[in-house]
Amino acid sequence: MKRTFTYKLNIVLFLLPALILFVGILIAPIIMSAYYSFHEFNLVANTDMEYKGLENYRILFSSMLTNPNTGKLYANSMYLGDALGHSLVLAALSTFIQLPLALIIALKLSKGIRGERAYLSIFFMPVLISTVIIGRLWMNIYDPGQAGLLNAGLRALGIDKWLFPAITNSIKSSKLPFTGQWTGFRETALIAAFIPILWQYVGYHMLLMYAGIKGVPADLLEAAQLDGCTEGQVNRFIIIPYIKPILKVCVIFAVTGSLKSFDLIYALMKDTSRAELPSTLMYKLLFLHQRYGLGSAIAVVLIVLCFLFAVLISFAFRDKGAKVA
Amino acid sequence: MIEARKFKPSNIIVHVLLIILVLINLFPLYWMITFSLKTNDEILGYSYKNEAGERILVPPNHVGLPNHWEWSNYEEAMNTGNMGQYFVNSLAISVSVILITVIASFMATYALTRLVWKGRKVMNKFFMLGLTIPIHAAIVPVFTILSKLKLLNTYAALIFPYAAFALSMGILISVGFMGDIPYDLDEAAFLDGCGVWKIFIRVIAPLMMPAVATVGIYTFLQCWNELLFATIFVSSGKYRTLPVGVQQLFGQYTTRWGPIGAALTIATLPTIIVYIFLSKRIQDSFIAGAVKG
Repeated sequence: MKRTFTYKLNIVLFLLPALILFVGILIAPIIMSAYYSFHEFNLVANTDMEYKGLENYRILFSSMLTNPNTGKLYANSMYLGDALGHSLVLAALSTFIQLPLALIIALKLSKGIRGERAYLSIFFMPVLISTVIIGRLWMNIYDPGQAGLLNAGLRALGIDKWLFPAITNSIKSSKLPFTGQWTGFRETALIAAFIPILWQYVGYHMLLMYAGIKGVPADLLEAAQLDGCTEGQVNRFIIIPYIKPILKVCVIFAVTGSLKSFDLIYALMKDTSRAELPSTLMYKLLFLHQRYGLGSAIAVVLIVLCFLFAVLISFAFRDKGAKVA
Repeated sequence: MIEARKFKPSNIIVHVLLIILVLINLFPLYWMITFSLKTNDEILGYSYKNEAGERILVPPNHVGLPNHWEWSNYEEAMNTGNMGQYFVNSLAISVSVILITVIASFMATYALTRLVWKGRKVMNKFFMLGLTIPIHAAIVPVFTILSKLKLLNTYAALIFPYAAFALSMGILISVGFMGDIPYDLDEAAFLDGCGVWKIFIRVIAPLMMPAVATVGIYTFLQCWNELLFATIFVSSGKYRTLPVGVQQLFGQYTTRWGPIGAALTIATLPTIIVYIFLSKRIQDSFIAGAVKG
C-alpha cells in the first residue's frame, strides 16, 4: 500500500551509516578479539599469528605471568586472578556503600527539602569532570610529601600519630613503615581508589534514584500516609519497590563500571600494580610487553563478565510474584 | 501534605548534614583552583634566613587563598603544556562525533521505528548490544584496522571509534523521542506527496531537536573525558586530547604543582561553566540515558 515505507533500498540506506560504524568498529573487532585471544603474535615485530588454542586463558587464570623471552616472572607479579579480585572488591564497595548512601540522600531530598534541586545539582557535578582529572587531583590530595592535603589534614588533627603506626602494623606486603603513601601499598591502594570513585559517582546514582522517586504516583504516597504509614514504612514498602528498575540499573552500572574501570587507577597511581585491575593489566600486556594474544584474552574475559553480571543482576531484580505496590 | 514537611525542625539536622556533604563535594575543586594560583614555595612550604641569620620556616599554605596570585602558572600550562592546542583538539573531535552520532542514530531510528520491515525489532536489540560492551574490548583490532588504513595519529582515529561507541545510546534515546512524534504527521506528509527522505528531513528531523541536545550532551561528555583510545590511537602532540595532555603534563612537571593545577583547572572549568547554565538539561540527558536503558 504505502510502498515508500516498505521500500527495501530506503531501509538499507537509512540503516547504512549506523551499521557501518557499529559493525565495523564494534562487532567485527570483538569477533577479531576473540580470534586473537586464541593466538599469540606481536604487532610491533609483525610476527605471524601462532595458534595457541585455550592456552592464553589457561595461563591467565592459573598463574603469575612470565616473560617468554627470559622465562622469568614479570615485575610486580601480574596475575589476572588478583586483578579480577580487585575489581570485585571495588564492585562490592560501590554496591554496598555507594548505592545505599545515594539512596538515603535521594530519599531525603525527594521529599521536599528546601533547595533540593540545588543540593542535587552540586552532588551530581563531579560526574561531568573527566575521571583522569579526578584521578590526578586525588593523586595530589594523597601526595605523601609536604603538599598532600589528606596527610596535612591528618597531621593537623594529630590523627597521623596513631593511625600511621596502626596501618604499618597491618601491612603484610612490605616492611616499609607507612608514612602516608596511600597509593604505595597493596593494603591501602584499593581503598584510596574507591574514595574518588565514591566522590565522583555517588551523585550520579543519587540523580537516577531521585528521578525515580519523583515518578512515584502522588496518590500512592497519600494513601499510605492516610493509612498511618511512617516515613520509614513508606520508603520501604512503597518507594523502594517502585523504583526497583532504577536500582537495577544502578547496580549494573556500579558492577560493570568497576569491571571496566581503567582511567582512575591509571591516572591515580604511578604504578598501577598496587591496585591492578583487569583493564590496567590488559594495557600493560598489550602496550608494555607486546603480548597481544594474552591482552585480547583479557578483553574477552571482560566482555563475558560484563554480560554475565548484567544478566545475573537482572535476574536478581526480577519480579518475584505479586508486586507490593 | 508532602509540602507541609518543609518546616519541620528535624530538617535542620538534615540540612546541616547535606551542607557538610556539599562542602566535601566542592572542597577538592576549591583546593585545585587555589593551588593552581600558588607558587611552589607556598604549596610546599619553604625556609629563609632573616637578618639575624636565623632560619625561619614557612609552613605550606594548604587550604588558604593564595598569598600571591601566580597567574603565570596558567601561561605556562597554555604555552609549555600546550593545553590550548589540546583544548581545541578535544573540541573539534567532540563536535564531529556529535554530528556523526546524531545523524547516524536518527537515520537508524527512523528505519527502526517508522519504516515497516521484518526484523526491525531484532535489529534494535542488535544495536543495544553496544550498551554493555566495554570500550577496551575492541582496542587491539581497532588499532590494527586504523594502522592498516594509515589513520593512526589523525582526528579520524578517535572520531569514528567514539561515534561507534556512542551510537547505541544515541539510538536508545532517539527511539524514545521519535516514538513521541505522532504518526499522523507522516501520513499527512505522505498524502501531500512526500517520500520517506522528505518526511525524514522536513517533518521528523526538525521535531527531533530536543533529542539532539540529549544525545549531544551524552556523547560530548564521553568523548571529552575518554582516555584509553586517546592514549593509544594518537601519539603525536598535534592531535592529542585534553585528558592525555593532562596525563602527560604530569610527567613533565612532577614537582611543580602550580602549572599542573592550572592544567587541571583549564580542563575542568569549561564543563562546569556549561553545567551551571544547563544543569537541568544535562541531568535530564543522564536520566533519559539510564532509565530507558
